[in-house]
Amino acid sequence: MVDITIKKRSQTDAVVTQRKFFKKTARGKVIKVLRERYLRDDVPCGIQDCQACQGPGMLPSAGESAHPSFSTGHFVLPDTNVFLSQMDLMESNLFSPPTILLQTVLDEVRHRSLPLYNRLKALAKADDKRIWIFYNEYRSETAIIREEGETPNDRNDRGIRKATSWYQSHLPRGRSASPSHQPKVVLLTDDAANRRKAEAEGLAASSVRRYVEGMKDATQLLDVLVSVGDDAIEPTRAVAARSALYSEYLPTATVLAGVKSGQLHQGHFNANAYNYLEGSVNVPAFAKPILLVGRENMNRAVNGDVVAVEVFDETEWKAPADEVIDQESTLKNDDAEDSEEEGEGEEVLGQEKKALRSDEKARPPSEKQPTGRVVGIIKRNWRAYVCHIDTASLSTTLPTSLSQQTVFATPVSRLLPRIRLRTRQAPQLLAQKILVTIDRWPATARYPEGHFVRALGRAESKDAEQESLLLEFDVPYRPFGRAILACLPVEGEGWVVPPKSAAAPEWRDREDLRGLTICSIDPPGCQDIDDALHARQLPNGNIEAGVHIADVSHFVLPDNPMDSEAAARGTTVYLVDKRIDMLPSLLGTNLCSLRPHVERLAFSVIWELSPDAEIVNVRFTKSVIASKAAFTYDEAQLRKDDVHMRDELTQSIRLLNSLAIKLKAGRMAAGALNLASPEVKIHLDSSESSDPIEVEQKELRETNSLVEEFMLLANISVAKKIQDTFPQTAVLRRHLPPPRTNFEKLQDILKKRKGMTLDVSSSGALAASLDKCIDPKEPAFNTLVRIMATRCMLSAEYFCSGSVSRDTFGHYGLATPIYTHFTSPIRRYADVLAHRQLAASIAHAPLHPSLHSKSHVERVLDVVNRRHRMAQMAGRASVEFYVGLALKARGEREQGLVQEEAFVIRTFRNGLNVFVFKLGIEGLVMFKREIKFDVDNYTVTIPAELTGKSDATIAVFDKVTVNIEIEKDKNTQRGKVKMTLAKPVDSRNL
Amino acid sequence: MASRIEILNDGGFRSDGRKQYELRDISFDLSPQSSADGSASVSHGLTQVVVSVFGPREAKMRRETIHDRANINVEVNVAPFSAGERRRRGRGDKRILEFGSIIKSTFEPVIQTSLYPRSQIDIYVQILQQDGGVLQACVNATTLALASAGIPLLDFVCAVTGGVHSTSPLLDLTTLEENDVPHVTVAVMPRTGKVTLVTMETRLHVDRFEEIFRLACEAGKVLHKEMRAAVRERTGVLVAAIGAAPRGTSAGMDAGDRDVVMDERIDDY
Repeated sequence: MVDITIKKRSQTDAVVTQRKFFKKTARGKVIKVLRERYLRDDVPCGIQDCQACQGPGMLPSAGESAHPSFSTGHFVLPDTNVFLSQMDLMESNLFSPPTILLQTVLDEVRHRSLPLYNRLKALAKADDKRIWIFYNEYRSETAIIREEGETPNDRNDRGIRKATSWYQSHLPRGRSASPSHQPKVVLLTDDAANRRKAEAEGLAASSVRRYVEGMKDATQLLDVLVSVGDDAIEPTRAVAARSALYSEYLPTATVLAGVKSGQLHQGHFNANAYNYLEGSVNVPAFAKPILLVGRENMNRAVNGDVVAVEVFDETEWKAPADEVIDQESTLKNDDAEDSEEEGEGEEVLGQEKKALRSDEKARPPSEKQPTGRVVGIIKRNWRAYVCHIDTASLSTTLPTSLSQQTVFATPVSRLLPRIRLRTRQAPQLLAQKILVTIDRWPATARYPEGHFVRALGRAESKDAEQESLLLEFDVPYRPFGRAILACLPVEGEGWVVPPKSAAAPEWRDREDLRGLTICSIDPPGCQDIDDALHARQLPNGNIEAGVHIADVSHFVLPDNPMDSEAAARGTTVYLVDKRIDMLPSLLGTNLCSLRPHVERLAFSVIWELSPDAEIVNVRFTKSVIASKAAFTYDEAQLRKDDVHMRDELTQSIRLLNSLAIKLKAGRMAAGALNLASPEVKIHLDSSESSDPIEVEQKELRETNSLVEEFMLLANISVAKKIQDTFPQTAVLRRHLPPPRTNFEKLQDILKKRKGMTLDVSSSGALAASLDKCIDPKEPAFNTLVRIMATRCMLSAEYFCSGSVSRDTFGHYGLATPIYTHFTSPIRRYADVLAHRQLAASIAHAPLHPSLHSKSHVERVLDVVNRRHRMAQMAGRASVEFYVGLALKARGEREQGLVQEEAFVIRTFRNGLNVFVFKLGIEGLVMFKREIKFDVDNYTVTIPAELTGKSDATIAVFDKVTVNIEIEKDKNTQRGKVKMTLAKPVDSRNL
Repeated sequence: MASRIEILNDGGFRSDGRKQYELRDISFDLSPQSSADGSASVSHGLTQVVVSVFGPREAKMRRETIHDRANINVEVNVAPFSAGERRRRGRGDKRILEFGSIIKSTFEPVIQTSLYPRSQIDIYVQILQQDGGVLQACVNATTLALASAGIPLLDFVCAVTGGVHSTSPLLDLTTLEENDVPHVTVAVMPRTGKVTLVTMETRLHVDRFEEIFRLACEAGKVLHKEMRAAVRERTGVLVAAIGAAPRGTSAGMDAGDRDVVMDERIDDY
C-alpha cells in the first residue's frame, strides 16, 4: 500500500502558504478565492549526485564547460521571455546546455500561450536536451509571494532571480571544490531590467544573443534567433486592459438611412475561402464586388450575413491579394483563453500585417476593386455550424477531466472564422464532428463566441459525415411527420388508377393514352421516374411527339401539410449514398413514378412536329399512360444502334433521336452554350458497405441528349403557355447574362497564355469562341476552358414573371427567351407550381388563390432557389467526400502516393490551384519556400536553388502531375486532401 | 482561469504543492462552544466546519420521538461567505437537506441510539469555509463532537475524499480539484474497517473505483490516529482540570488504556 501522510503546514508561515483574495469577474460578480500552498524541502534540484537532494538527477554535476564565458561550467536558467520569443532556438538541436526550467517560467508560458506551452513540454521530455523542471514555487527556500504594489510580472521575475541565487548557493553543497572553480548558474533573459537587478544581486546573467554569440555553433544558431532588435527590452506584458479590436457598429437607424440615401451599400458578405483576411460584398451600385481587406474592415461579419458597407475613397481602392492565407497556419499559436483576457496578441497582428503586405505598384489599376469596410450588420445569418475541436487549444486532453475549458472550434467550411466556446467535455469531443452555434461577437473579442449544440459522431464515419453535410448545407432531412403522411392516398401502396368511367374523379378531363408506346429513359437505378416519351409518324408526314410527366399535382394538393413541407424542402437532394426526398417515397418512387407496365396519371405535352422539327402545333393535357418500358441511357442507346431491332419501341426511340438532333442543332444555332462542369461518378462497393471503389467520369451518350432536348422543348412550351395565361404570377426560370467584367480575367489569361480570344458579346459569340479554344495536343483543354467559363457565369434562378421586367426573362445558357421547369415535379417544387398553373390554364382545375398572389409566389421561389443552390453544393460535397475516401483506399492499396494529372487553373503568390480531371476535384498546392510569382503572366517560377535543377516555370493551363494524399489535420482530425507537385518539379520539400 | 491550473504536473505535484497521497493540514479543536453538550471545529486545509451536538434530550416535537431509540436530527447551515460566490442558502435548500440526510444516515448505525429511547440527539453543522472536501470535514467534525458530548459510538467515523486524475489517484481534494476530477467520499470505521458512507456525484470508471475506494479507507485509518490523539489530548486536559487524575503524563496513559479496553470489547462483540 502506498504511504499516506498528512502534510502539516505550520501556522507561522501562513502568510506564504495561504492566499485569500476577492476578484471581480468580467460580469461584475465578486468571487472569493481561497488558495493554499504546501512548501516542502524535498523538491529535487535535478543535479546528479547532489547530496542534499538525493533525488533523481539528469543535469551533470559540473555543468557545461564548453562555453568560453563560463569555462568553470555553467547551467542555464532561462526567463519566460526566452521561451515566448526564442522557442525555435531552444528547440534547435545545436542548443543543449544543461537547462533549469523553473515552474514559474512554465506557468507563465502556459498562461501566455498554450501552443507554446505544449511545445515546451515536449521539449523538456526530448532525449537530446538536458532540461530539468524545478518546482521552485513549492520549495520552501525559493517560494515567494507577491508584495504590495508589485505586478505579477515583477513578482515572477523576482521568483526567477531568487531561484537562480538558490541554485548558485545550492551547488557547492555536494562538492568540495573551491568557490572560484564553481560552476555558474546563468540567468538567460532578454529583459534588461531583470538582468540589471540580477547582476546587482551578484548573479550571472546574459542576454540570449550574447550567450549564443559565445557558443561554438554561433553562426548557425544566430539565424534561428528571432530578431527582437538587439537587446531591446521586451518586458513580458502584464495583463492588458481589454480594448476594442473592432469599431462599433453604427446604430440601426443610421445604417438604414445610409443605405436608403446611397451612402452605404447593402449586400451579402462573402468570405474568401483562400484568404481569411479578405471578403467581398456584391452590391448593385458597382460592377465589381466591394472588397473588404483585413479583420478591422470585415468587422465581425460572418459569411452569409447581410451587411452595410461604407466604400472608401477611390485612391484607397485595392486589388484582391494574390496569396493563400490560411487561418490555421497563421494563427496556430493563438490562444483560446488568451484572447478573452488580453485582447490582441502583437505577434498575431504582425503576422497578419505581413500576410496583407500589399504590392500595389505591381498591380494594374484595372484590377482594383472598390474597397470599403463594414459599418453595420443588417441581418445576421448565423446558424449551427459543423466544427471540429482544435486539439492545440485544449489545456488538458485527459478524458477524465471535467474542468471547463475554453477551446477553439474550427468550422469545416473554410469561409468561417474559428469559434470560441466553453465546454466541460472538450476531451471527449476531440476527433468528433460537432455542431456549434455562434452566440455573439463582441467588439473586444477576436473570435466569435459560440456554444456546443451536439455531437454528430466520429469524424470520417459515414453517418457523421453525411449528417454534417446535410446540416452544413441546411438540408431538412427529418422523416416526414404524421400530418404529412396523412395527406397520402388512403390506399397506400395499393393505389391504382381506377377503371375508366365517367364517375371516377381521376378520369375527369383526362385523355386515355394507355395505348401509346411510351417508354422512359433514365440513369441506371433511377426510382423516381418523372418523365416518359413517345413519338409516332402521323399520316400527314409530320411527327407526333409526346412528353409525359408524372402528375404530382394530382396528389399534392395546394396548401395542405404535404404541400407546405415540399415547398419548404424545395428539392430532392441527391448524395452519393442517400437521397433526401422532397415528397414521401410512396409518391416519389411509386404512385407518381412512371414505372413500366402500370397505369399512371400523367401530364402530357404533345407536339406535332414537322420532319425538320418545327413545331406545328402543341397541346397540353392530363392523361393516363401505361409505360411500355423503362430503359437506362445505355440500354436505349444499344437498342437504337442495333439495326436488327425493328419493334415499335425502338422505332419510337429512333424517331425521337432524329428529332432531338435537329432540335439541338437549332438550339446551338440560336447561340446556346455547351457548358461543362466536372462530373464524376462514384462506384460503390455494395449498397450495404457503401465503400467507394472507384471514381469515374460521367459519360454522356446520345440518348442523354435525346431526353434533354425533349425536356427543354416541353419546358419552353409550358413556359410560353403559363406566361400567356398568368402574366403576373407565372413560375419561370431565367439565366441572366453574366456581366462582362466576370470574364476579364479568363480572357486575359487565355490571351496571354494561349493567344486565344474569348468573345463574350453574346451567348452565341461565346459559344463560337469556346469552340475555337482547342489545344490539339491536349483534348481536355477545351473542357477545362468551358469549366472555367462556367464559373464566370451567374447561376440560373426561378422567378415570378410579374416581378421582373419582360426583357430579362431570357435564359442565357440555353439561349431561349423564356423557360421554366416542368419536367421533374417529383424532385423539384417549382415544377409542381408550374403543373398547377398549367392545369389552370387548360381549365382542368381552378388555380389556387395563393398562386394568384405575386408576393406569395416570390416568397416560395426564394426558398426554392436557396434550397436548390444548397442541394447542388451538398451533392458536390458528398461526391468530394467519397472521392476522398476512394483516394484514401487507393493510397492504401497502392501503398504510396496517388499521382494524377492535373491542370493549373489559378496561380497565387505562394501556391497553385489545380484541377484534377479524373477525380473532378480541385486542390491547392502550397509552397512554403519563397518562389517567384509573375502576376501579369500568371506564372510561378520555382527557382533552381530550391530544386537543384533548372528554374521551373508553371503557368495557368499547364499540365502538371500531382501527388494526392489524404492528410489528417493534427488539430482537428479532419481529413484534408493535400496535393504536392510531382512534375515538373517535386514540391514535397518546398 | 481554473482550467489553466494543472491538477497533477509532470513532477508529481498537485496545484497546492502536495503529492498524490498527501492529505492537507488538519486541525481539531474540541473546546466547548456556548451551551452545546459537545462540539468540534475541524479544518482540512482551508475547509472549516464547526459541529455542535445537543442531547440526548427530550425531543422538542413529540411526534419525532421513537419509542425504542433516540432520534438523530441533523441541521446544516452553510455560511454565505463560505464559498467563492457569496450566496445565502435557506433551510429548505434541497442541497443542504441532502447534506443533512447524508450525515444522518452515516451516523445512524454508529451511534448507539438504542441506549436512549424516546430522546433526541441534535447535530448542528456549520460550514464556515469551503475549499473542497466539505462532506469529509462535516463527518469528521461530527464524530469528534459526538465523542466530546459523551455519546456512545461504536467506533470513530473518518471520512476522506478520493479522486482520480487520468489514472493517478488523488486524496483529499481541494475545490479546484473537485471541479476537475471525478471523486468519491468514503467514511470508514477504522477499527472494524466497516464503511458507513460512500457517495459520489460524478462519474467514475468502475475499474478505478476499487483502487480509490481502498485508498480512501487506508487514508481513513491515518486520519483516525490524528483524531484519536485529539480526543485523548482533550480528555487529558479535562481530567487534569478536574484534578482527579494523577499528574504528568500518566493522564494520557490512563485514557489510552481505556481506549484499549474498549477495543477489546468490540473485538468480543
